[in-house]
Amino acid sequence: MFTKSSLQWRNTQSQYGIVAKILHWIIALSIFILFGVGLWMVDLDYYHSYYTLAPWIHKSVGILIFYLMIFRLCWRLFSASPTPVSQHKNWEKMLAKMMHRLFYALIFIILVSGYLISTADGRPIEVFNWFTVPAIVTSIDNQEDIAGWVHFITACVLMGFVLLHILGALKHHFIDKDNSLKRILGLTQNKKL
Amino acid sequence: MKLKNFISVAILASTMVTASAYAKDYVIDTKGAHAFIQFRIQHLGYSWLYGRFNEFSGEFSYDKNAPEKSSIQVKINTKSLDSNHADRDKHLRSSDFLDTGKYPSAKFISTKYTSKDKSSGTLEGKLTLHGVTKAITIDVQKIGEGKDPWGGYRAGFEGTTTFNREDFGITKNLGPKSKNVEMILSIEGIRK
Repeated sequence: MFTKSSLQWRNTQSQYGIVAKILHWIIALSIFILFGVGLWMVDLDYYHSYYTLAPWIHKSVGILIFYLMIFRLCWRLFSASPTPVSQHKNWEKMLAKMMHRLFYALIFIILVSGYLISTADGRPIEVFNWFTVPAIVTSIDNQEDIAGWVHFITACVLMGFVLLHILGALKHHFIDKDNSLKRILGLTQNKKL
Repeated sequence: MKLKNFISVAILASTMVTASAYAKDYVIDTKGAHAFIQFRIQHLGYSWLYGRFNEFSGEFSYDKNAPEKSSIQVKINTKSLDSNHADRDKHLRSSDFLDTGKYPSAKFISTKYTSKDKSSGTLEGKLTLHGVTKAITIDVQKIGEGKDPWGGYRAGFEGTTTFNREDFGITKNLGPKSKNVEMILSIEGIRK
């Protein structure tokens, strides 16, 4: 996936750096899997062998994504995003910027609401027998139900926007034939814009 | 006011006073949390899992000299289910089980009390749960009654009953041993 030209840790003006690319793809893949697992696990039969295992994995991965997202946010501040593709119209640049912010917001809402479900009675969340995250907020009335509703709705909304995001990327790549997709995949030369 | 009217009003008033003194009405002490609505169900057939409803209210009438006139009604907020595990509580409130969004309350209204001896008896009544109303019978044990140290008068009972949750349309499979639910009702009332 990564060519020589992308062996650049930090973002450049025209390219995402290797850290941003890895973060983007790891988080994208994890969120996709978590969405599927999440939908699947809540309807499992009580005697299914994954009945307790699937939520355990879902929560563990979710917590790890939270830390990755914090790091990603810091990285974004530390390593400025590439300048928008020059062929893009102003409204496209605006929309892209808003969309990125919306993704961050939705992902954080999903992560926090998920955390609030399982910690509602003060139980910590176990992350892969590795470490546990303690409960902080436990006193909201029917916290697990409200948090569960928010978690589900925002996850569905996120997936809707992800679909638009993918369609947008494909449109830019195949119809507009610009570098939008290439520079997050690492298939473009630094010199090109 | 005519004398005749005055007398009839006086008689009516006096009967009302005796009636209320006779009925011995109590309000369930949910305020001081001296009442508990608990349930237990077997987990896989290997152990008992306990849960309770934290919010409910109700009243009962009881007179030790006329126990057959006892009656009770209790309304339960099904969303207040608490089994000491948030993920499980969320699941139990969902449409797989109590569907508390659709059926936010459950209630029990007694229809008949039959005493066995001075301190026990059976209470028949109608339980509405998950939108289904069915007759159930509760075994009642009187624990005690008397003055409390703060100027009130209290009476308390414990009741137990068992029903099959499938009769109330709660059919999610939890294994063959986990169909029956036992209710353990610990009720203390303060006389009005």
